[in-house]
Order: sequence, then structure tokens, then C-alpha cells
Amino acid sequence: MPKLYSGAEIVFKCLEDQGVSHIFGYPGGAVLPIYDELKNFNSIKHILVRHEQGAGHAAEGYARSTGKPGVLLVTSGPGATNAVTALTDAYMDSIPLVCITGQVPTHLIGTDAFQECDTTGITRPCTKHNWLVKDINDLSEIMHKAFEVATTGRPGPVLVDIPKDIQFQKTKYKNYRKVKKLNGKSHDNFSQKNIDELIKLINKAKKPIFYTGGGVINSGPKASELLRELVYATGFPITSTLQGLGCFPADDNQFLGMLGMHGTYEANNAMYSCDLMINIGARFDDRITGKIDEFSPKSKKVHIDIDPSSINKNVKVDLPIVGDIKSVLTSTLKTLKKSKKNFSKSNKHQISNWWEKIQKWRSKRSLDYIGSEETIKPQYAIERLYELTKDRDAYITTEVGQHQMWAAQHYKFNKPNRWMTSGGLGTMGYGLPAAVGVQIAHPKKLVVDIAGEASVLMTMQEMSTAVQYNLPIKIFILNNEYMGMVRQWQELLHDKNYSESYTAALPDFVKMAEAYGCVGIRAKTPEELDDKIIEMLNTDRPVIFDCLVDKQENCFPMIPSGKPHNQMLLGPKDQKEKKITGKGRTLV
Amino acid sequence: MANSKSAYSVAGKKQKNDTHIIVVWVDNEAGVLARVVGLFSGRGYNIESLAVAEVDQKENISRITIVTTGTPQVVDQIKLQLKKLVPVHKVADFKREDKNVIFKEMALFKFVATSEKLIKAFKACKNFNPVVLDETKKSKVIQITALRREIDKMSKNLTKFGLVSVSRTGAVAMTRGSDVFK
Repeated sequence: MPKLYSGAEIVFKCLEDQGVSHIFGYPGGAVLPIYDELKNFNSIKHILVRHEQGAGHAAEGYARSTGKPGVLLVTSGPGATNAVTALTDAYMDSIPLVCITGQVPTHLIGTDAFQECDTTGITRPCTKHNWLVKDINDLSEIMHKAFEVATTGRPGPVLVDIPKDIQFQKTKYKNYRKVKKLNGKSHDNFSQKNIDELIKLINKAKKPIFYTGGGVINSGPKASELLRELVYATGFPITSTLQGLGCFPADDNQFLGMLGMHGTYEANNAMYSCDLMINIGARFDDRITGKIDEFSPKSKKVHIDIDPSSINKNVKVDLPIVGDIKSVLTSTLKTLKKSKKNFSKSNKHQISNWWEKIQKWRSKRSLDYIGSEETIKPQYAIERLYELTKDRDAYITTEVGQHQMWAAQHYKFNKPNRWMTSGGLGTMGYGLPAAVGVQIAHPKKLVVDIAGEASVLMTMQEMSTAVQYNLPIKIFILNNEYMGMVRQWQELLHDKNYSESYTAALPDFVKMAEAYGCVGIRAKTPEELDDKIIEMLNTDRPVIFDCLVDKQENCFPMIPSGKPHNQMLLGPKDQKEKKITGKGRTLV
Repeated sequence: MANSKSAYSVAGKKQKNDTHIIVVWVDNEAGVLARVVGLFSGRGYNIESLAVAEVDQKENISRITIVTTGTPQVVDQIKLQLKKLVPVHKVADFKREDKNVIFKEMALFKFVATSEKLIKAFKACKNFNPVVLDETKKSKVIQITALRREIDKMSKNLTKFGLVSVSRTGAVAMTRGSDVFK
């Protein structure tokens, strides 16, 4: 007779078979049988967080920095609802997560039992799929399918809700067989004809641009390599979305910087004026397109994406190519090499005018800011952080707000999977727990959370997690005492009515660090900044770095709402030169 | 236009709304209807009618027929999103004007009136395959099958014959000819 396993054991056997080494979680009544089995499975390490949202973001950080799915284990009711923000965040940014939730026993479902909630109902719109396990015999199959759904196609979060009685019941364990296709849903739907058309467009283009996004990173490191090869082979300029940073080296001359609302002048103007736009793994998000009706009006648009529902969702495209970026780029490069051996040389002349134009935009130096000797400019702080960490293959996470945009603008990423930020949902409080997850996955690497003082307070409790597991994460807070991005919008659009955007009664972050049992460092002047950053980098413990920055600084350049790409608002330096007064600024 | 005081762009041009009949083949499992319907409600779109039933007991497949209105872009998006759902097998989409597709709804009418009026009521229904399902001296329950707008019209016109209650299904659809939707 085959051995019988309890539901709780089956959960761990499935995790083992899936090669899971870490799970992030928080125990509670409805998952206690699963927690009871933890001791019998040594290959799986549990990381105890301080809030279920933290478990979710930590799993996201883990997933983004490794390309593997992140796993979290939480209890029913509040455990599940607390995880909803992280699940939605992962859904928006296409991050593979497997969330296991406990549920009240089957016979109590629907009776408003203690810590009961309709978990599958609540998480239906924020997961790719979810399951309520009602029969122990389905458990192993569902668990394996959960991993498959989370990691195939466009990745995303899934949830498995397991009632407590199912965790106790016993059954045989069905061995896991890897199936190739899921429910007949294949992902590569492109043909050689598509690729030939793309090559034709590439050959004809006089003002081309690559617009790349997080899809390149999700397709794996190989996709980034292929992208580089294609960009070098064509000699075309390339810009990246917030999520795509790192798939092409930021210090390369062909890279125009990030595009979109706080993107560079050259990237946005190139997007507006191009005649061929090749979107690779990005989704025409509203922070990117600005006013849709005037978005890149004269270009032929190519959209390469694994998700058919991304095509024509926001912007109508001329050539959709549905497939995994890795395979599309492989075919494209193959065809390109076959048709023209020295493409970049023969093409150089055709796009030389275009590059001249781009250089003109570039000479605006739209990321410049007015420096200061008295106060630390936030951009300066990021620049110094970059200079002092660039040789250390650092992993950067962020919270959400001005600091996030400054980090994206001024920290130069050269490798994929090094940049973890909440883009789609814009979740304040993402960065600290994400840094925990990243550090778990890469124990020897430098992990820095570039934070704002308002965001970081939302999930500050995870410092305890960092201390408990000796995770030497660095929380680099750009402290301006304001919810900076809110204040910036209020300044520009709401007549400087700073309604509730000042954070009074901030804690003393250095003392707070000490209270958590980690190290607190404060930098007040530009003069001492470098030394303090070096001190932080030399500390092999978690650090909270309180960097007191200019309170009034705004994040430029920016595309004001409802405007197209060619009507950017530049920084104060440029505005001063053009004599645009403060009043003029609020009118844009 | 005045300055938009918002972090979001203003709405662009609106496209024209069309009525579509979307047919979805799904695994017959708990929650599947909520998943399908959620794609509509999550985007703020109304479902005009809905018909669901298992059509293949062996394979456990249900067929959902949804009548909805939306711009071409919205309908395309809903179709593609439906195809992404794990329990969905295939999705068909027909415009209401499509000549190659048969649409039918069923309605039950209850009349309470004099026998004279009841006879008139039955006669009025004669173009729509009327079947008398229940009869008393004072009442009649008549089943008809017809198009949506025909039933709309009938339920308005029949009040004079003592129509007191209407119950109707959503539309179901099938292609004409020997072709089967794959």
C-alpha cells in the first residue's frame, strides 16, 4: 500500500518538487497544520515577516531578482486580505507569485466563522487564477498547476486557498510530471511572415526607436543579451520603461534613458517624432503614452508581447507579434543576419540625420539640476550612491514617489534583474520588504532600498525581519519630510495648496534603527555624504540611512497630464534660462 | 480645454457602441461564472443577458452566452481577456446583425383574464411557436421563442390581454449551416 500523506505534507512535497527553497510567511490558526510540517522539510526555509503585505513584497523582490516564482504562506481572513496589496502589485507588474492561504474548515465556509473571508472571491481580480481546494485528492495537482500558471505566458500571481480540514486529511501523493502546454494555451503565436515584415520595416526606417519594457526582463537574461545584440546590429536608439531598466546598459551611447512622464527629453521627443517604434515587452501604459490621441502620431508601431490582450489595448499597432521575447528576438536576429550581413553599416547613413536630431535633444541635458553646497540635492545623493556602488553589482529596490523617479533617472543599470520597483500599482512601502526578499535570494550581494521617508514608514516593521535573519539591507531614505510627489503635484496643479502632504512628527530614523537593533546613519550636508555612504557600505548589518535632502526639490523633466510627449516640462535650470516664472509653471 | 487638475490624462475620443453576443466554452467548475462576469463588471460594462448551462456532461463543459454592448476596442479586450482565463476553452463573438448566426430567447408569459382575452392572447403569440404549459379557467402560461426585440414588443402589447408576469431567458446563439465554431 502506498504511503499516505496529509494535506500539509503534500503542500511541502509540491514545493520541494518545484524547487522552492524559501517561503515568506506568517502563521495563524488556519495554516497551523502546514506550519507544523515545516520542521520535516529541511530544504525549505521559512522567512517570518512582520506583516503579510511584507511577505508578498518580499516574495516579489525574490522573484524579480531571480526570475523564479516567489512563494508566500499566510493564514485565512486578515492574513489573506493583508496579502491582497502585494498580489495586486505582482499582477500589475507581471511578477510570478504563488500565495498559499489557509481557510477555515470546509464545513464552516460561508458561516462567517472566525477569521473567515471569501479569499478566492476577493483575490479573483488580482490573480491570474486561484483555487479553493475542496478535495484532498485535488491538492497536489492544483499546487503544481498553480506554479505552472504563475510562471508561464505573462507571469503573475496565483493563489491556493486550503481549508484547515484538508490540511489534516490524508491521501496518496501524485508525482509531478512537467507538462509543456497549459490548457492548449500556447504563447508563441508569431510566424516567419511577421518577422519578415518587421525586418522590412527596420530596413525602411529613417527615424526608428526601440521602446523596451519589463517583458524583456521577464523573458530571462538571454532575452536581454539578444536585445543588446539586436540594438547593436541595427544601430537604432533605444529607450526603456521604468520596469525595463537594466535590460540594456544605461551608460551605452545608444540608450536614451527612461521615457514617459519623468523620462528624458531625448527619449520622449524621439518617441514623438519617430517613424518606426518597436515596442518590445512594454504595454503602452498611461504614464508612458501621455495623451493617447497625440501619442507618436507619425510612426509605424510594432508590438512584441507574450500577452495577446496587451496588443491594441491602449494604442493601435501596425504589426503585432505575439510571442516570448526570447524566441521573437532569436528569429529576428537570424533573419536580419541572413538578409543583410552588414546591416548597421549600410543603415548608418539612413539614420544619421535621426541621430543628429537626438543629439540635439540630448544636449538639453534634461536630467540636470541646480546643485547646492549647503543642502543635499536628492539627485546628487543618488548620483553619489551610484558612483560609490557601481562596481559592486548592487540590487536596488525603491518605494514609490519622487525618490523612485530620481533613482530611475540617475542610477544606471547595466544588468537585468537588478532593479525592483513597483510600477503598475505604485505601492508605497514596496521597497523595504522587497529588499528583504532580494537579500534572501542573494545573501552576499549589496541590496539597497532607495526610499522616501513617507513610503518607508508604511512597511517599516520588516526591519525586524532583516535583523532576525541578519540581512544587511541598506535603507537609503531621501528624507524631505514631505510626500514629495504629492507635494509636487499640489505645487504644479493645485495652487500650492499642500493639503496633508507634510509629514509632521516623523520618527528619528537613527534612533529607530537602533531600536530595531540595526545601524542608523544620518547625512546632513553634501560634504559629509560620501563618507557616510561609505560607512553604510562598510557596515555588514542592516542600515537605515537618513539622508536629509532639499525639501523643495521637484522631479523633472515631466510631461504634465493630458499632454503629448513633445510638450515636456523641463527642470528649473532650463526654466531659468528661458525666464519661465513660477506662475508660468503652474499653467502648464 | 482648461487644465486638467489630475495625474491622469483626459479621456480621448469615444468610439461607437455595438451589441455583441459572446459565447464562451468553459470548464463547469465552481466560480467560473464569477470569473467570466467579473471581466465585464470590473470594466464597468453591463451584461444585457446571460445564458449558462452544461452542454457536454462527459467533458464537463458549460456554454455561456453573453449579450453585451461596447466599443470595438472594449469587446476585443474582453475577448482576449476571456481567452486568458484558465477554465476557458474557446470564445466566439458575433455581432447582433450577423446573418449567419441564429439568436433565440425563450419567454414564459402568464395571463390572468377572461377566456375570451386568453384566446386572443394565444393568437397574438402564434408567430413565435407558442406552447401552452398551464391552463386554468382564469389563467394561461404560454411559452414562446423569439428574438429579443420581438419579446420586448410582445410583452408590451400583451398587457391588454391580461399579461401579469414575464419570465425570460438570455439569448442563445448558434451558427447557420454545417460549420461548427472551433
